[in-house]
Amino acid sequence: MTTTAPRPVLHIERLRLTRTHEGVARHVLQDVSLSLPAGEICVLMGVSGAGKSTVLRAVVALEPFQAGRIAVDGVALEPGPVPRESALRDFRRKVGMVFQQHALFTHLTVQQNVALAPRHVMTQSPAQAAQAATALLDSLGVAHRAQAYPSQISGGEAQRVAIARALALDPPLLLMDEPTAALDPARRGALADTLRALAAQGRTLLITTHDLAFARAVADTVAVLAEGAVVERGAVTQVLDTPRHEETRKLMAVDAR
Amino acid sequence: MIEEPLNGGAFRPVHSGVLRHLLFVCALLLGACAPPPQAPSTVLRWGGDAEGGAPFVEADPGNPALVRGFDVEIVEQLARGLGRTPQFVQVAWANIEQSVERGDFALGLSGLEDRPELRERYAVSLPYFEFREVLAVRPADTTRYHALRDLAGKRVATLGATQAYRLLLDAQRTHGVVPVSYDDDVHPYTDLLEGRVDAVLLDHVIAERALKRTPGFVIQPEVIALGHYVAVFAKRNTALRDSADAILRAGLRDGSLAATFRRWGVWDAEQAAYQQRLLADSAGSGGARPAAAGAATVMSYVPALARAAGITLGISCAAMLLAVLLGAGIAAGRVYGNTATRMLLSGYVEVVRGTPVLLQLFVLYYGLSAFIALPALLAAIVGLGLNYAAYESEIYRSALLAIPRAQLEAGRTLGLSEWQIFRLIRAPQALRLALAPMTNDFVALLKDSSLVSVITVVELTKQTAIYATNVGSWFVPGLLCAAMYLAMSLPLSRVARALEARWSVR
Repeated sequence: MTTTAPRPVLHIERLRLTRTHEGVARHVLQDVSLSLPAGEICVLMGVSGAGKSTVLRAVVALEPFQAGRIAVDGVALEPGPVPRESALRDFRRKVGMVFQQHALFTHLTVQQNVALAPRHVMTQSPAQAAQAATALLDSLGVAHRAQAYPSQISGGEAQRVAIARALALDPPLLLMDEPTAALDPARRGALADTLRALAAQGRTLLITTHDLAFARAVADTVAVLAEGAVVERGAVTQVLDTPRHEETRKLMAVDAR
Repeated sequence: MIEEPLNGGAFRPVHSGVLRHLLFVCALLLGACAPPPQAPSTVLRWGGDAEGGAPFVEADPGNPALVRGFDVEIVEQLARGLGRTPQFVQVAWANIEQSVERGDFALGLSGLEDRPELRERYAVSLPYFEFREVLAVRPADTTRYHALRDLAGKRVATLGATQAYRLLLDAQRTHGVVPVSYDDDVHPYTDLLEGRVDAVLLDHVIAERALKRTPGFVIQPEVIALGHYVAVFAKRNTALRDSADAILRAGLRDGSLAATFRRWGVWDAEQAAYQQRLLADSAGSGGARPAAAGAATVMSYVPALARAAGITLGISCAAMLLAVLLGAGIAAGRVYGNTATRMLLSGYVEVVRGTPVLLQLFVLYYGLSAFIALPALLAAIVGLGLNYAAYESEIYRSALLAIPRAQLEAGRTLGLSEWQIFRLIRAPQALRLALAPMTNDFVALLKDSSLVSVITVVELTKQTAIYATNVGSWFVPGLLCAAMYLAMSLPLSRVARALEARWSVR
């Protein structure tokens, strides 16, 4: 991957995030730094509880952090409470999120799910938004399900609809939380192809996963998260073929079993 | 705050909704069964309503286990004459006749009014007391209101299911009087003083007693109608009735009845003249009019019942609308509000759910009348609406909390505002979840709306009670009433089920 872009699309600098539950503080992220240039697919790996999903939630402004800085395509988030949605309008356009359980709106059709943000955030006309949604669904191979409700489609289809919905406002950065968790192995290759096609259009992707094979198939780079920090970072072949950090080796060992 | 004890001094008492429903069911169940055997004859079991108060029947202040009053003394004379010991059975005033027919006691006596329907269905004693229906008005109106025709378009209060109420219903047709029915005889007069009604039509005995308790109104001298108190016996028990009549006639002759009435302050020249006439006319027909009966009677009540069903439906729909709007506001406040808002709203919900709706209606209508005198219909809608809002809010709150958090977060990542997330994602799904419990609540509200009769609204159950008292049976009126409630609630359940079925695919 070339790194000629003058400015990374995602820049995370010395992120510290502490959760307080019933008066007990838990330091989830101690010191996370990560930079992704445009068009790069980076997988974020680490054992369960390492804080992979928390990084995504902080980047997408769902969870407050105490120190450090997050910037997406030049729009920054500062430490402290999550700002009001009205103050986040610019930021929201920069980053899309695909949740692990897809979180589709069950009372809306597939097409309405995708068209919701264009209609109500971008104030597009219903016809315009529907047309754009159909085109997006078509590019992801699920246009034939446009009029179905989420309860009527398969898990794989739901994932593609969730991707389409996250891309509806055309954000430069797409986050995905454990996309292979509920996917049978045969479909993982197809998903990797789809995501690589998105990156080829210049989109930047940060994906959490446990799945080494999927990581090899989809990623340009890997970041390994352990003890609240990024402990190893590099090209996917380099990190996974010649792991230098103990945590990375542990991950590979778990997968080998 | 309530100025009067709820039933304090009331002649015809307020029945609790539960009791009324229970009696209604019992009446339906027992209607077809044979009555239990008569009590043994050493005691004379008699039924009356001690909540009615003096001078009819009241609990003895010296010994609340005993009762006293002119009706009590009349029973004592009858028992003496029959060589038995009187034994009092407490029963709600409106149900005395039917209890006597069932055999709960041998006779009923508690200011019961003579009327053709009563004579048709039960054995009735000689009319031992003549009362005058009189108008009570505010002092400023003494020169204006002398008869019912002077009260066109005016609200005239009385007790439900009485001769006075029937007179007002007639006057509604002929003169455009607006009858207002109460379940007790205290509030008609207090509401007269507060301007909620323009006159009260009731027995002079009751009016004079009310004047002692709450002075400030005037009893007009004109006699609107005459009526008579009687004792009632089971239809088959004419033998006991005939013995009782003989004892009463003896009492008329020897002056002991007059002495009783004098002791209780209800003796006057008119009563003396009446007793003379009664003795002269020993047949004791009591001037009862010929009875209208049969299918024609039943049919004549159907329009009134249909109108009352309309009122029930109207109150229920308006109260439900209020409950839904207010409940949604409370739920949103409890889910989205700050700590103070949440505590305030949950306090409201707990208080409303933790106290009887009957009490809330009383407080709203009578308790607050010094500050804000709500019209009865409005008080009914507001009272039921405020009550059900608490229940609705709990339904909506749990429905809102049931929407997965991930969907709300997905809405945020898409750049929707909190209000858009509520309007486009959370509320529509919560509404689908809330639909079934809301339908249940509406059906419950439809039935609970019968409680508003305590604040003078004549809705379906109250109209049925009036009808049942007039024809002396709950059987046909009960079936008609039940059919009307079902006709209102069943289509609603069907619509709700259809909507649920449509939404369930999503």
